[in-house]
Amino acid sequence: MTATGCPSLLGCGSSLDDHDPETADYATGVARWCPGCGDHSILTAVHRLLAEERLAPERTVFVSGIGCSSRLPHYVKTYGFHGIHGRALPIATGVKLHRPDLDVFVVMGDGDCCSIGAGHWIHAIRYNLDLTVLLFDNAIYALTKDQTSPTTPQGYASNTQPKGSWLPALNPLSATLGVTNCSFVAQTAEWAPQHLYETLRAAHRHKGFSFVRILQRCPVFSPDIYLSAVKDPGLVELLVHEDGVGGKGLETLYRKHTRHDPSDLEAARRLASATDRIRLGVLYRDARAPRYEETRRLAPRTARERMDLLEAEFDRHAV
Amino acid sequence: MSSAPTQDVPADAPAAPRVATLPEHVVEIVSDSGEGAQKCGQIFGAVSARMGNGVWTVEIIPAEIQPPARSAPGASGNRIRIGTAPVTNWGDRTNLVVAFNEQVLLGRHRSDALADDAVILLEDCWATHDDPEIRAQWEAALAELATCPYRIVRVPMEQQCLTLVENPRKGKNMFALGMLAWIYARDLQRVRDQIAHQFRKKSREAYEQNVALLELGHAWAAANLDFRIDVPAKPHAEPMLVMNGNEAIGMGAVAAGMELCAMYPITPATSVSHWLGETFDRFGGLLHQAEDEIAAVGVAIGASWSGKIAFTVTSGPGLSLKQEFLGLAVMTEVPLVVVDVQRGGPSTGLPTKVEQSDLLAALFGQHGDAPHVIVAPATIEECFHVMVTARRIAEAFRTPVIVLSDANLATGVQPFPRPRLDAAWQAAPPDQGPVPEGARPFDWDPRLGLSERIVPGRPGGMHTVTGLSHDERSRVAYDAATHERGCRMRSRKLAVLQQTLRPPEVNGPPEGDLLVVGWGSTKGAIEEAAARARAEGLAVSSVHLRFLSPLEPGLGDLFRRFRRVVTVEINYSDEPADPFVTEENRRRGQLCFLLRAATLVDVDCWTRVFGEPLRPVQILDAIRRRAGGPAAPAKEDVR
Repeated sequence: MTATGCPSLLGCGSSLDDHDPETADYATGVARWCPGCGDHSILTAVHRLLAEERLAPERTVFVSGIGCSSRLPHYVKTYGFHGIHGRALPIATGVKLHRPDLDVFVVMGDGDCCSIGAGHWIHAIRYNLDLTVLLFDNAIYALTKDQTSPTTPQGYASNTQPKGSWLPALNPLSATLGVTNCSFVAQTAEWAPQHLYETLRAAHRHKGFSFVRILQRCPVFSPDIYLSAVKDPGLVELLVHEDGVGGKGLETLYRKHTRHDPSDLEAARRLASATDRIRLGVLYRDARAPRYEETRRLAPRTARERMDLLEAEFDRHAV
Repeated sequence: MSSAPTQDVPADAPAAPRVATLPEHVVEIVSDSGEGAQKCGQIFGAVSARMGNGVWTVEIIPAEIQPPARSAPGASGNRIRIGTAPVTNWGDRTNLVVAFNEQVLLGRHRSDALADDAVILLEDCWATHDDPEIRAQWEAALAELATCPYRIVRVPMEQQCLTLVENPRKGKNMFALGMLAWIYARDLQRVRDQIAHQFRKKSREAYEQNVALLELGHAWAAANLDFRIDVPAKPHAEPMLVMNGNEAIGMGAVAAGMELCAMYPITPATSVSHWLGETFDRFGGLLHQAEDEIAAVGVAIGASWSGKIAFTVTSGPGLSLKQEFLGLAVMTEVPLVVVDVQRGGPSTGLPTKVEQSDLLAALFGQHGDAPHVIVAPATIEECFHVMVTARRIAEAFRTPVIVLSDANLATGVQPFPRPRLDAAWQAAPPDQGPVPEGARPFDWDPRLGLSERIVPGRPGGMHTVTGLSHDERSRVAYDAATHERGCRMRSRKLAVLQQTLRPPEVNGPPEGDLLVVGWGSTKGAIEEAAARARAEGLAVSSVHLRFLSPLEPGLGDLFRRFRRVVTVEINYSDEPADPFVTEENRRRGQLCFLLRAATLVDVDCWTRVFGEPLRPVQILDAIRRRAGGPAAPAKEDVR
């Protein structure tokens, strides 16, 4: 399992030791998203993250549910599990619990995570397994062609609610920050690639359930939802802090800055629930929150040890 | 006869009690829920097994945690059939009852659980209770019981227990155990040891108090009862274990080397996780209590895909919730073991009571064509071994394996030969070496449909599995040829597995008038009924199926050697004579449905949903009607 010095990363794929991976090393297949889809931008950032963080492809896993976003694992040359609608988190939980040595990413859409899979979302936050969790939030069901999602803005029309969404949108940031043992929450946007990359890197480096809401445009069904913010950086506010994310040029592109300490949960909740403008940055980070894979870490047993222990258990039930 | 056919406790201890030596006896202890009759019965059963008796115990469980006190449907307790020979089922009717009040006794009487000549040891504090309503209930109950020639012995349990404890509700069970220990000459030291084991999580004081109550009951019985029962025990020829079916499933999973169980609490499956919760981490196993049934199977699938096979444990409602994920496991060919401890359905149904009605849901519950394996253990011993078999098949055939147990096996206790553990039963650690050049994640052998899975961590093997239709490289493909090929390969695996199975053994002659076919926990009762039918001169054999998907080979040929074939199952079917029911629209037993389709033999069924295990006498009656035996009783069914 250790590095063998194979010169070809993806041929035998055994080593990164004497190889500087490039983003192309992690790319596979042809992404079947619409032209202009924000998912392309996210995929690029993911490829870059894998290369720059030098993640061994064979020890990296992408788990997804069902939806446009959930196709992403097919375009990443790592291991992947493209699951069923709403259930990416249970699958990822099983992978991480059984194989804590693997680096696990989870990719979900807003319908996946916040609607059909919402029950798993709440509990996954509480488990706080070391997962990098990406919510691709385009505020609409796109793969099934334009139905209202929980994050669709109130009044926004779709095929299922043509008079406009009846309900106020669910706020994924506030919901996540409300759950016990929450450990990392950030928001970024696919049209701010440098911020997106920096945020993914911070999330990946955080040990725990790193929840990143990525604001993402669907060019077909929700092209206008974030349009004003895309056009006018003045509508976006950057959360800045030495424990947050920054990057070249970001602070000159986005002139509105708020200094926010990610260790301040109350402030994070306040900022998350404010709807006056879009805020990008790390809202919350708690590196000390207990992680389930650590809490549940077990001494491994050999087959022989297991048999001996079972014999002892048999003795208790012996006639 | 007067309205109270009770016999007063003899004033003086009989000098020498009558000892009846019998080949078997069925004992019941019933109380209100929470009075500990189940503990009493479990200890009595375990001690009897240790002494060398054949034993089968069944829990009598009300569906509610605390049903109203002193109510007939609230009877809670344990029924233990002990014998000189091995006992394979719970028998027909009860010969001796200890009842903590007359209402729970009435519940058992009304469900026809008691033999006409049953001896009943009945707590009599209610006869003189302060509350006139309770006294009236007592009188009315005894009048109703007087319709049967039971022998009722009144026992002052509460009065006796009050000499040792303040709350007799918490002590009568050990007093009752003491009485039973005297009646059946159980070794008191073994009883004390078993008490210590049962109450190992309680304090030393609790143990001592329980033993004092045990000895009080024993002394009272010695001083006051005029009969004893001797069911001779034969020392076991080989080392034996005694446990219930759910514990056996847990231990079987350990023996199979499984390291992760994800589950959600559900009756009657939960006690598997109780055993695992107490012990699994010692074996390097992780018990994950998931947020719901869907997550439980999802976690198991994620774990299985990433390494050693994981398992999940559920019951009917949970099986329904898991179906979409089961389809995903079939499609991605992730090995997985799913244990369904069946209970009465549909919907919430009879949560604590046995039924065998999940077979078709297990087989056909997934949308699309989702071939997978279904096995059903028939005994508590098989609950252990089935986990090893299921693990191996799941691995070799890259498929989910559903294990259909049921509430009867889950709570039943029976001794069985101590398994001789084998390291080869355990899953090997997954290969983490580089993947050979050109290896693909679904390298189907075109004849067998089999392929070797590539576990994450292996250099060079990177791929994404998907629930979408896919080719050998796991690339999404919607074209007709690829979809057909995938369906064919997944289906082919079952045909290949079936070819490796042996035809089932026939219990009785290989041909005759009637073949009884069963599956799951009914094996002991069916075989006992068939043996009794043969003793009456009927040409009856039986066969018991362990594999339900694929079915074991040779069934059509076997069935054609008998004039008639009938399945006996604990699920619902229409009676041919029911209004509007015709040959064409008759809904048949679930195994019957499958066998007719698979063999084109006109298989009949006799099924009942009593919410309790079948009794041999009921099956015998059904056999007689079909095999030309003595005329059936006038009433519709023997209950």
